[in-house]
Amino acid sequence: MKGALASVPISKEWDIVGARQTGRNIAKQIGFGSVDQARIATAISELARNIYLYAGIGIVSFEVLEERSMIGLKIVAEDAGPGINDIGKAMQDGFSTSGGLGAGLPGVKRLMDRFDIMSSNQGTKIIVVKWLR
Amino acid sequence: MRIPILKLHEYLLVSVQVELDDQTAIKFQEDLLNKIHETGSIGVVVDLTSVEIIDSFIAKVLGEVVTMAELMGAKVVFTGIQPAVSMTLIDLGIHLSEVQTALDLEQGLVKLRQELGEK
Repeated sequence: MKGALASVPISKEWDIVGARQTGRNIAKQIGFGSVDQARIATAISELARNIYLYAGIGIVSFEVLEERSMIGLKIVAEDAGPGINDIGKAMQDGFSTSGGLGAGLPGVKRLMDRFDIMSSNQGTKIIVVKWLR
Repeated sequence: MRIPILKLHEYLLVSVQVELDDQTAIKFQEDLLNKIHETGSIGVVVDLTSVEIIDSFIAKVLGEVVTMAELMGAKVVFTGIQPAVSMTLIDLGIHLSEVQTALDLEQGLVKLRQELGEK
Protein backbone atom coordinates (compact mmCIF):
# COMPACT_ATOMS: atom_id res chain seq x y z
CA MET A 1 0.00 0.00 0.00
CA LYS A 2 3.03 2.25 -0.31
CA GLY A 3 2.91 5.54 -2.16
CA ALA A 4 0.45 8.28 -2.93
CA LEU A 5 -3.10 7.21 -2.22
CA ALA A 6 -5.62 9.94 -2.62
CA SER A 7 -6.05 13.67 -2.72
CA VAL A 8 -9.09 15.66 -1.75
CA PRO A 9 -9.60 19.14 -3.20
CA ILE A 10 -10.87 21.70 -0.68
CA SER A 11 -13.13 24.45 -1.98
CA LYS A 12 -16.27 24.31 0.11
CA GLU A 13 -17.07 23.71 3.74
CA TRP A 14 -18.29 20.15 3.27
CA ASP A 15 -14.88 19.20 1.79
CA ILE A 16 -13.49 19.48 5.34
CA VAL A 17 -15.67 16.50 6.26
CA GLY A 18 -14.75 14.70 3.02
CA ALA A 19 -11.03 15.11 3.70
CA ARG A 20 -11.19 13.87 7.27
CA GLN A 21 -13.37 10.89 6.32
CA THR A 22 -10.95 9.91 3.54
CA GLY A 23 -8.04 10.26 5.95
CA ARG A 24 -9.74 8.23 8.65
CA ASN A 25 -10.52 5.42 6.19
CA ILE A 26 -6.93 5.27 5.00
CA ALA A 27 -5.65 5.33 8.59
CA LYS A 28 -7.98 2.45 9.44
CA GLN A 29 -6.84 0.42 6.41
CA ILE A 30 -3.18 0.87 7.34
CA GLY A 31 -3.95 -0.44 10.81
CA PHE A 32 -4.12 2.60 13.09
CA GLY A 33 -6.19 2.11 16.27
CA SER A 34 -9.28 4.13 17.03
CA VAL A 35 -7.51 6.79 19.11
CA ASP A 36 -4.91 7.48 16.41
CA GLN A 37 -7.67 7.43 13.77
CA ALA A 38 -9.41 10.18 15.75
CA ARG A 39 -6.14 12.12 16.11
CA ILE A 40 -5.46 11.86 12.37
CA ALA A 41 -9.02 12.80 11.39
CA THR A 42 -8.96 15.78 13.77
CA ALA A 43 -5.61 17.01 12.44
CA ILE A 44 -6.94 16.78 8.87
CA SER A 45 -10.07 18.68 9.90
CA GLU A 46 -7.96 21.53 11.31
CA LEU A 47 -5.69 21.65 8.23
CA ALA A 48 -8.57 21.51 5.76
CA ARG A 49 -10.46 24.22 7.65
CA ASN A 50 -7.40 26.47 7.57
CA ILE A 51 -7.30 26.06 3.78
CA TYR A 52 -11.02 26.81 3.49
CA LEU A 53 -10.90 29.83 5.81
CA TYR A 54 -7.65 31.49 4.78
CA ALA A 55 -7.00 30.44 1.18
CA GLY A 56 -10.43 29.42 -0.12
CA ILE A 57 -9.11 26.55 -2.19
CA GLY A 58 -6.39 23.97 -1.82
CA ILE A 59 -5.74 20.28 -1.61
CA VAL A 60 -5.15 17.63 1.05
CA SER A 61 -3.27 14.55 -0.10
CA PHE A 62 -2.37 11.26 1.52
CA GLU A 63 0.65 9.04 1.17
CA VAL A 64 1.76 5.87 2.90
CA LEU A 65 5.41 5.91 4.02
CA GLU A 66 7.69 2.96 4.66
CA GLU A 67 10.95 3.79 6.37
CA ARG A 68 13.18 1.26 8.12
CA SER A 69 10.30 -1.18 8.69
CA MET A 70 8.14 1.67 9.99
CA ILE A 71 4.85 2.47 8.35
CA GLY A 72 3.42 5.93 8.47
CA LEU A 73 0.71 8.11 7.03
CA LYS A 74 1.85 11.36 5.49
CA ILE A 75 -0.65 14.13 4.91
CA VAL A 76 0.11 17.21 2.85
CA ALA A 77 -2.15 20.27 3.02
CA GLU A 78 -1.36 22.79 0.32
CA ASP A 79 -2.86 26.05 -0.88
CA ALA A 80 -1.93 29.07 -2.94
CA GLY A 81 -3.44 31.53 -0.48
CA PRO A 82 -1.91 34.66 1.04
CA GLY A 83 0.35 32.65 3.38
CA ILE A 84 0.96 32.97 7.10
CA ASN A 85 2.64 36.23 8.09
CA ASP A 86 4.20 35.12 11.30
CA ILE A 87 4.61 31.34 11.57
CA GLY A 88 6.09 31.65 15.07
CA LYS A 89 2.95 33.38 16.22
CA ALA A 90 0.64 30.95 14.39
CA MET A 91 2.35 28.11 16.27
CA GLN A 92 1.58 29.64 19.67
CA ASP A 93 -1.30 28.20 21.65
CA GLY A 94 -4.25 30.51 21.72
CA PHE A 95 -3.38 32.45 18.58
CA SER A 96 -6.03 32.76 15.89
CA THR A 97 -6.78 35.45 13.35
CA SER A 98 -10.21 34.10 12.47
CA GLY A 99 -11.96 34.04 15.82
CA GLY A 100 -11.39 30.33 16.33
CA LEU A 101 -10.19 28.75 19.54
CA GLY A 102 -6.64 29.21 18.35
CA ALA A 103 -6.00 25.51 18.86
CA GLY A 104 -5.38 24.95 15.16
CA LEU A 105 -1.71 24.54 14.25
CA PRO A 106 -0.12 23.85 17.65
CA GLY A 107 -2.90 21.34 18.22
CA VAL A 108 -2.16 19.61 14.92
CA LYS A 109 1.51 19.44 15.87
CA ARG A 110 0.66 17.68 19.14
CA LEU A 111 -1.72 15.26 17.42
CA MET A 112 0.88 14.12 14.87
CA ASP A 113 4.49 12.83 15.08
CA ARG A 114 6.03 15.13 12.51
CA PHE A 115 5.01 18.63 11.53
CA ASP A 116 6.63 20.79 8.84
CA ILE A 117 5.34 24.09 7.58
CA MET A 118 6.40 26.30 4.70
CA SER A 119 4.62 29.53 3.97
CA SER A 120 5.17 32.53 1.75
CA ASN A 121 2.96 35.00 -0.07
CA GLN A 122 2.65 32.29 -2.75
CA GLY A 123 0.89 29.92 -0.42
CA THR A 124 1.24 27.49 2.44
CA LYS A 125 2.31 23.85 2.59
CA ILE A 126 1.99 21.81 5.74
CA ILE A 127 3.30 18.24 5.94
CA VAL A 128 2.39 16.01 8.85
CA VAL A 129 3.20 12.36 9.53
CA LYS A 130 1.83 9.82 11.98
CA TRP A 131 3.78 6.59 12.50
CA LEU A 132 2.08 3.29 13.11
CA ARG A 133 3.19 1.81 16.43
CA MET B 1 -28.74 18.03 8.09
CA ARG B 2 -30.65 18.72 11.29
CA ILE B 3 -30.19 17.20 14.72
CA PRO B 4 -33.49 16.22 16.38
CA ILE B 5 -34.19 17.78 19.79
CA LEU B 6 -36.66 15.90 22.00
CA LYS B 7 -38.61 17.26 24.94
CA LEU B 8 -38.90 15.14 28.10
CA HIS B 9 -40.80 16.89 30.92
CA GLU B 10 -38.83 20.04 31.70
CA TYR B 11 -35.72 18.79 29.89
CA LEU B 12 -34.51 18.58 26.32
CA LEU B 13 -32.68 15.50 25.04
CA VAL B 14 -30.36 15.49 22.08
CA SER B 15 -28.47 12.56 20.63
CA VAL B 16 -26.00 13.59 17.96
CA GLN B 17 -26.00 10.77 15.41
CA VAL B 18 -24.61 12.56 12.37
CA GLU B 19 -21.14 13.60 11.30
CA LEU B 20 -20.86 17.16 12.64
CA ASP B 21 -19.89 19.51 9.87
CA ASP B 22 -19.62 23.23 10.58
CA GLN B 23 -23.06 24.16 9.24
CA THR B 24 -24.83 21.35 11.10
CA ALA B 25 -23.13 22.44 14.32
CA ILE B 26 -24.11 26.08 13.89
CA LYS B 27 -27.67 25.13 12.94
CA PHE B 28 -27.86 22.93 16.03
CA GLN B 29 -26.76 25.83 18.22
CA GLU B 30 -29.58 27.97 16.86
CA ASP B 31 -32.20 25.18 16.96
CA LEU B 32 -31.39 24.29 20.56
CA LEU B 33 -31.68 27.88 21.79
CA ASN B 34 -34.99 28.29 19.95
CA LYS B 35 -36.28 25.04 21.44
CA ILE B 36 -35.28 26.13 24.96
CA HIS B 37 -37.17 29.36 24.37
CA GLU B 38 -40.27 27.62 22.96
CA THR B 39 -40.53 24.92 25.61
CA GLY B 40 -39.21 26.78 28.65
CA SER B 41 -36.89 23.85 29.38
CA ILE B 42 -34.51 24.26 32.30
CA GLY B 43 -32.03 21.54 31.40
CA VAL B 44 -30.51 19.93 28.33
CA VAL B 45 -28.60 16.66 27.89
CA VAL B 46 -26.56 16.40 24.70
CA ASP B 47 -25.38 12.84 24.11
CA LEU B 48 -22.19 12.58 22.05
CA THR B 49 -21.77 8.76 22.15
CA SER B 50 -21.85 8.46 18.35
CA VAL B 51 -19.56 11.40 17.71
CA GLU B 52 -16.17 10.20 16.47
CA ILE B 53 -14.45 13.53 16.05
CA ILE B 54 -14.58 16.94 17.73
CA ASP B 55 -12.17 19.44 16.25
CA SER B 56 -11.47 22.96 17.50
CA PHE B 57 -14.38 24.52 15.61
CA ILE B 58 -16.97 21.99 16.78
CA ALA B 59 -15.59 22.30 20.33
CA LYS B 60 -15.98 26.06 20.11
CA VAL B 61 -19.59 25.77 18.94
CA LEU B 62 -20.43 23.25 21.68
CA GLY B 63 -18.73 25.38 24.35
CA GLU B 64 -20.64 28.43 23.18
CA VAL B 65 -24.01 26.70 23.25
CA VAL B 66 -23.48 25.98 26.96
CA THR B 67 -22.85 29.66 27.70
CA MET B 68 -25.72 30.78 25.49
CA ALA B 69 -28.17 28.35 27.10
CA GLU B 70 -26.98 29.45 30.53
CA LEU B 71 -27.71 33.07 29.63
CA MET B 72 -31.25 31.96 28.90
CA GLY B 73 -31.48 30.09 32.20
CA ALA B 74 -30.96 26.49 31.07
CA LYS B 75 -28.20 24.08 32.11
CA VAL B 76 -26.47 21.88 29.53
CA VAL B 77 -24.73 18.56 30.24
CA PHE B 78 -22.73 16.64 27.62
CA THR B 79 -22.68 12.87 27.90
CA GLY B 80 -20.96 9.89 26.32
CA ILE B 81 -17.79 11.57 25.04
CA GLN B 82 -15.69 8.75 23.52
CA PRO B 83 -12.22 7.97 24.94
CA ALA B 84 -10.60 8.79 21.57
CA VAL B 85 -12.45 12.10 21.37
CA SER B 86 -11.48 13.02 24.91
CA MET B 87 -7.78 12.27 24.26
CA THR B 88 -7.84 14.19 21.00
CA LEU B 89 -9.40 17.26 22.62
CA ILE B 90 -6.65 17.38 25.26
CA ASP B 91 -3.97 17.01 22.53
CA LEU B 92 -5.60 19.93 20.76
CA GLY B 93 -5.32 21.92 23.97
CA ILE B 94 -9.07 22.18 24.48
CA HIS B 95 -10.17 21.51 28.03
CA LEU B 96 -13.84 22.57 28.01
CA SER B 97 -13.43 22.97 31.76
CA GLU B 98 -16.55 25.07 32.21
CA VAL B 99 -18.68 22.37 30.59
CA GLN B 100 -20.65 19.84 32.65
CA THR B 101 -20.26 16.23 31.53
CA ALA B 102 -21.42 12.76 32.52
CA LEU B 103 -20.68 9.21 31.41
CA ASP B 104 -24.03 8.47 29.79
CA LEU B 105 -27.54 9.79 29.29
CA GLU B 106 -28.76 8.35 32.60
CA GLN B 107 -25.91 9.94 34.57
CA GLY B 108 -26.48 13.13 32.62
CA LEU B 109 -30.06 13.39 33.81
CA VAL B 110 -28.97 12.70 37.39
CA LYS B 111 -26.38 15.45 37.10
CA LEU B 112 -28.93 17.90 35.71
CA ARG B 113 -31.28 17.21 38.61
CA GLN B 114 -28.42 17.81 41.08
CA GLU B 115 -27.35 20.98 39.30
CA LEU B 116 -30.88 22.29 39.33
CA GLY B 117 -31.26 21.32 42.99
CA GLU B 118 -34.29 19.12 42.55
CA LYS B 119 -35.68 16.23 44.53
